[in-house]
Amino acid sequence: MYRAIKIFLLTLCLAMPAFATASKAEDTIHPLVDALGVGDFPEREVAIKALVASKDPHVGKILQELSDGLLFVNQDGGPVLLQGGTDDAPTFADPISGEAAADIDPDAMVKVKVNNSLRGVISASIGQLTLLSPDRGARLAAAQGMLKDADPSNIDLLNSALAEEKDPEVKKTMEAARAVVLLKTDASPADKKAAIDTIAARGDRDALTILMAAMQTAPADLQPAIQKDMDSINDSLALWDVAQNIWYGLSLSSVLMLAAIGLSITFGVMGVVNMAHGEMVMLGAYTTYVVQEAVTTYIPGLADYSLAFAVPSAFLFTGAVGFVIERTVIRFLYKRPLETLLATWGISLILQQLVRSIFGPTNREVRNPSWMSGSFDLGGLDITWNRLWIIVFAMVVFVALLFLLKRSSFGLQMRAVTQNRRMASSMGIRTAWVDAFTFALGSGVAGMAGVALSQIDNVSPNLGQAYIIDSFMVVVFGGVGNLWGTLVGAMSLGILNKFLEPYAGAVLGKILVLVLIILFIQKRPRGLFALKGRAVEA
Amino acid sequence: MITAFLLRSLDRKIIIAILALIAVAVLVPASNLMTSPDSALHVPTYVMSLFGKYLTYALLALALDLVWGFCGILSLGHGAFFALGGYAMGMYLMRQIGARGSYGNPILPDFMVFLNYKALPWFWYGFDHFWFAALMVLLVPGLLAYVFGWFAFRSRVNGVYLSIITQAMTYALLLAFFRNDMGFGGNNGLTDFKDILGYNIQADGTRAALFALTALFLALALLISSGIVRSKFGKVLVGVRDAESRTRFLGYRVENIKLFTFVVSAMMAGVAGALYVPQVGIINPGEFAPANSIEVVIWTAVGGRATLIGPIIGAILVNGGKTIFTGLFPEVWLFALGGLFVAVTLFLPRGVVGTIAHYGTSGRKSRKESVAAEKGESDEPIQAAE
Repeated sequence: MYRAIKIFLLTLCLAMPAFATASKAEDTIHPLVDALGVGDFPEREVAIKALVASKDPHVGKILQELSDGLLFVNQDGGPVLLQGGTDDAPTFADPISGEAAADIDPDAMVKVKVNNSLRGVISASIGQLTLLSPDRGARLAAAQGMLKDADPSNIDLLNSALAEEKDPEVKKTMEAARAVVLLKTDASPADKKAAIDTIAARGDRDALTILMAAMQTAPADLQPAIQKDMDSINDSLALWDVAQNIWYGLSLSSVLMLAAIGLSITFGVMGVVNMAHGEMVMLGAYTTYVVQEAVTTYIPGLADYSLAFAVPSAFLFTGAVGFVIERTVIRFLYKRPLETLLATWGISLILQQLVRSIFGPTNREVRNPSWMSGSFDLGGLDITWNRLWIIVFAMVVFVALLFLLKRSSFGLQMRAVTQNRRMASSMGIRTAWVDAFTFALGSGVAGMAGVALSQIDNVSPNLGQAYIIDSFMVVVFGGVGNLWGTLVGAMSLGILNKFLEPYAGAVLGKILVLVLIILFIQKRPRGLFALKGRAVEA
Repeated sequence: MITAFLLRSLDRKIIIAILALIAVAVLVPASNLMTSPDSALHVPTYVMSLFGKYLTYALLALALDLVWGFCGILSLGHGAFFALGGYAMGMYLMRQIGARGSYGNPILPDFMVFLNYKALPWFWYGFDHFWFAALMVLLVPGLLAYVFGWFAFRSRVNGVYLSIITQAMTYALLLAFFRNDMGFGGNNGLTDFKDILGYNIQADGTRAALFALTALFLALALLISSGIVRSKFGKVLVGVRDAESRTRFLGYRVENIKLFTFVVSAMMAGVAGALYVPQVGIINPGEFAPANSIEVVIWTAVGGRATLIGPIIGAILVNGGKTIFTGLFPEVWLFALGGLFVAVTLFLPRGVVGTIAHYGTSGRKSRKESVAAEKGESDEPIQAAE
């Protein structure tokens, strides 16, 4: 018992200073706030500055309320109060604690007025205060604002903020802002030199603009250094541009690969050119749309993850459509590959018109889930999440197909049929079923490609048409029936396309790629990774 | 010698077809120009123009039949040759407009004035002369076919690979002609034609003459094609189609045989395009669309491959159907066309004419011909399937 009392007292003693400081803080801030209510505009400005200098956490909020005209004071003086409620029935409260103030005569209260110059002071003060805000995002935004709009009077504020900053990214931005500000002051040449180095270290386009501006005002002995920094930034920017092009190329490649890989499988195994492949992609995209609508309606909580349902649904649905097409049309045409091309083209027309009749000719909106929207910076690269996820998805599909083909008995049978159909048949493989399931698999993969494309392209009945020729080019370039060929084909064509674009323009670049492929196929009529041996000519 | 070649090319069916075409070339324009509009025999101008368009399509389908039916090359790029011939004619017609365009520039066509061209691009020189344009109608598609075929056949690109790269060729041209700075009018193409060889292009007389010319050119193309396929060369051609390797081993230069046929066919397609443009009044890059070229294949397939007359009938049937369907039930047309593709390949591999000939002759004619027809059907090399 005695022990308990002792602990209680001890705790009380320890807590006392905390109470004391808390009440002391309120005591220092209240007079400052109340000072806002007296005097004319110049005096009010002094009061605002004093308030800011107090570094109290409430200052930002109070200044905002002042700027919004929510602070009132009794015309005979007294405490400044925050107006709440409605204009007809106002209530008043302490702006710091939020406690309602009693015994207030609303008619006696007048607004604490601000004019435009005071508003300017307030907004500058708020900007400075956010540099010290406990919220990381607010600090970063404030530092970036100062970097863009450098004001020499902020230098002390930046210095004090820098001293307390822990987060490396915010600190870096603040240092850059400080360097920019320094360049505008009469700091010593050595300090300016250091400032230039700091800016140059950022190495982005903003830094280049800042340096260009600094070049105009800098003393003559600093100019060579600035020029050198600018050159090196330009060089590194050129490198980043190359990297960015590779990134765009990779992104295009992954889309091409997704669209082409199913085509390559069916072409390789069955020698069938599936002109309806593009429509399978389109059906996959529409499946995504339908699944999205269904999920949003029935399980709204999972709306952000509807893609997780869309991928298997699209695979199964388009796979089933492919299976039906194979069983009803294509299997009768195996001896006539060129006519398969015509029949599948006919099927593609029917599917397009079917979708147009059901969903209408206009685009359907497939939303990007939140985890696929937006972008982030990686060095000098601007990477959008949806492209990144599509690349990841393409790789996963690729690896999964690779395993299916190399490690499963179905894959073994498929490869056997690809290499020598008659021999495979003699060994007891039911080639007809291998064909049917291969076609279903190819179509299903196309459907999954449609899920990915729905995130970056318009979901319209013509979606497939836009990709079919490119997919053919990938398959012809890479060689049929070989997943690695498709991968390499898609990668080379995608990246080549994106590299030609800046020099030749998008359309001319594409034409050049087509011409290159037509020339390439002269050299290797069966693609980069051609099948060798008897399978080539039967 | 040429007379002998041409005479040999005539069998009874071809003679009937050629005579029918000549009769159409005479009778339809005559009935349009000479009978009064309310006479029962009168053919209205729009109907004549419509059928004139079908006949140019028929010529295009015939050109495709020559390479696909007899040489086994499924070209998915014949629309490109057609469009190039059309552009050559269109360029001539553009130059004929002269100062009558909206901008009144005597040299530059309207679109060039609009796009701030200062001078005529070099490839437009000469197109103010009809003979030059007519030469280009043959030469440009022929040259493209020659260069393309020389590369493709020499390196033995065949089967579906060849089909796909012909499709890539027409797709590349489609993209190229859509560009404004190519100097071919961009996506608007060439239009607003005024006159051809000094005759007003809208006049009934000119339209009748164009119709008659189209029918006569089709008859001529039929005669030439028939001459080719019935000659000794034609037998080798079928040999290439049915057993390419074997023909090569027998000592024939397969690539040259293919190249010759491909170039002749491309020139015929170019002529078809040149006849098409003045009758339709516009040529734009849409003609290069891969879908158009594939549609040509279905005309040929519906009529019957390797029959020469079949493609003509197929082109008229399918396009007539298209005109009727798109007018009455636009929704249904793509279903019908798609269904046609599937149905013809599955159930009517010989096409209309081929099927009739097959059942018509099997009763009375010798067994020899029906064997030939059988072979014609299972022509595709099996290699791609394995």
